[in-house]
Amino acid sequence: MKHRSHPLWKAFVVHRISGLALALFLPVHFFVLGLALEGAESLNAALKFSELPFVKSAEVLLVLLLAVHLLGGIRILILELTQLSWDQRILNRSAFSLSVVIAGIFLWSAV
Amino acid sequence: MIDARLYLLQRLTAIAMLPLIATHLILMIVAINGGLTAEEILGRTQGSVGWALFYGSFVIFAAIHGAIGFRTIAYEWLIPNIRICSVASFGLLIVLIGLGLRAVYAVTV
Repeated sequence: MKHRSHPLWKAFVVHRISGLALALFLPVHFFVLGLALEGAESLNAALKFSELPFVKSAEVLLVLLLAVHLLGGIRILILELTQLSWDQRILNRSAFSLSVVIAGIFLWSAV
Repeated sequence: MIDARLYLLQRLTAIAMLPLIATHLILMIVAINGGLTAEEILGRTQGSVGWALFYGSFVIFAAIHGAIGFRTIAYEWLIPNIRICSVASFGLLIVLIGLGLRAVYAVTV
């Protein structure tokens, strides 16, 4: 359990949880887009459903998860594949902060 | 050996997806402004070879990346049997590629 006190333990867990959530969300996302095969009305009905506040909130959370996974993934690639010795804790905080900003911009654009 | 190859494949698909995800995030922020309609989405994507290639490759990279990640997480956190995890992740790969390419076809053709 000592590893759990490591500063990047939370980053490791967040990367896994966000990736898992995105992988499980993708089939729903693809199914909704596939409704276009039945015509624009079917897709519009699903898009109208996405205007509901709790669905909109879930969309913002998904954008946050995508940004967290993207930027956290870049941090991991830098760590594993380069010789750069940047402070991983600073990179991690920067990645999370930028993810919150991206989700905030999405929310601002969506309302 | 297989684990090393999957590890490498997951990193390669991650690198390949970096510009795709960045583009997708920007597009989502721009497109959702003022509300989304099917006409708006299809007007941008239908008949476009470029968007078909963009989203088609995105689907394949995401499916491979997600399935490998799912296999690792399932084995380390949920089911300590790598064969079961491999079969489940292969199932996820098929579902993601099938539904994903169907979605790309639906919005681009």
